[in-house]
Amino acid sequence: MAGSLSDISGKPLWLLAELTYRCPLQCPYCSNPLDIARYQQELGTEDWLRVLREARELGAMQLGFSGGEPLVRRDLETLVAEARRLGYYSNLITSGVGMDAERVARFKEAGLDHIQISFQASDEELNNFLGGTASFRHKLEMARAVKAQGYPMVLNIVLHRRNIDQIEDIIRMTIELEADYVELASTQYYGWSRVNVDALLPTRAQLARAEAIAHDYQARMKDRMKIIYVVPDYFENRPKACMNGWGAVFLTIAPDGSALPCHAASSLPGLSFPNVRDHSVREIWYESDAFNHFRGFDWMPEPCRSCPEKTRDFGGCRCQAYMLTGDATATDPVCDKSPHHGALLADVARIESLSDADAAARPLVFRNMRNSRALAAGDEPSPSPANT
Amino acid sequence: MSAFEPESVPTLKPMFRFQWEPAQDCHVLLYPEGMVRLSGSAGEILKRVDGERSVSAIIAELKAAFAGADLDADVIAFLEQARENGWITV
Repeated sequence: MAGSLSDISGKPLWLLAELTYRCPLQCPYCSNPLDIARYQQELGTEDWLRVLREARELGAMQLGFSGGEPLVRRDLETLVAEARRLGYYSNLITSGVGMDAERVARFKEAGLDHIQISFQASDEELNNFLGGTASFRHKLEMARAVKAQGYPMVLNIVLHRRNIDQIEDIIRMTIELEADYVELASTQYYGWSRVNVDALLPTRAQLARAEAIAHDYQARMKDRMKIIYVVPDYFENRPKACMNGWGAVFLTIAPDGSALPCHAASSLPGLSFPNVRDHSVREIWYESDAFNHFRGFDWMPEPCRSCPEKTRDFGGCRCQAYMLTGDATATDPVCDKSPHHGALLADVARIESLSDADAAARPLVFRNMRNSRALAAGDEPSPSPANT
Repeated sequence: MSAFEPESVPTLKPMFRFQWEPAQDCHVLLYPEGMVRLSGSAGEILKRVDGERSVSAIIAELKAAFAGADLDADVIAFLEQARENGWITV
């Protein structure tokens, strides 16, 4: 949906406000950083209100309230109301846990534009297992409450080896819930999902089947519901245009106030990310070393530097390049021009060769504060969800 | 898809917000996690899509605003495209 952005780069059009990393769910593919336990000092309400004003002055139009679980923040209604006053289109990206019909109505009154609810699966048992908490029935109830209030509703289901074979049931569930948009988003492998990649990466056969079903429903539902199906980029030959370019349109503010060009950027070494407690959003966006570091094309080594496609994909994802090659300036190994592409293919083949039983037997590292601390300390993470 | 009746009334679908963006110097359509930047003429047409004005009223107003320009076909083509994009119902 970001396809229309590339011609208006230069301004932070998209502000992602990660209000907290606290979350009642523990999904093992969470896109939050592994070191969530470090983010105890959350920004206060006044700081967030200032960030919203400053980013809007720079041209931000889309605002995502995200997390963790943004509903954990009791000042969310205040932030939503200010977002509306400032003229943002505001999106609440939530698990649905922490909401009731009354709060859905309060958000509407405050001017929230859209709610996106995640499901982990279409059957209760798997949904609750993957989320590490009994949330399925509540999610159904909240999806109905969101529609009853007249919001546009997006349902987001992250796909991976454990649930992708359910795709038809998942789509049927979203039709029944009258979603306006459905994002069938394959797991991208960063942070928690990278730790769990052996258990989560689907096989090519699974993907081919899922894609055919998704395309069938896309055609069938054309005028009623928009279905977006995203394949895992490990199976592509060209990298994604990550964030539409570094420091081009996206600005993420993490719960502690650090400003990032994408929500995974804190994993990159050698960069010092500025904090909104110390700097204005304008200074951060235009002047900080971090936001200028991979801006444009001058930082690129070969094969990106002389590649005619660099203006299309910007060399792919810096976080993925660092994770898979140890060099954040390298070409994203998803690209078949990367000297590391063969190693990625070999790793995908290794995972694919795991039998279903083997893959299912891999313990899942659930995303929670206990495992975050264990990973930071070099200890063994627990294979079962924490009690919540 | 049938052509529009002159008296039919186009309406912006509720999931879209149409607004002027000073920082972009243009009208935009905002929707869940996305945005469209509109050309000057698209902005002038959508400004008048309010669920009350009919297609013929919109065309008449635009003619008055733009010195009687012959724009019927362009307006119809844009509204058809907007319906095809899922922005409006007619």
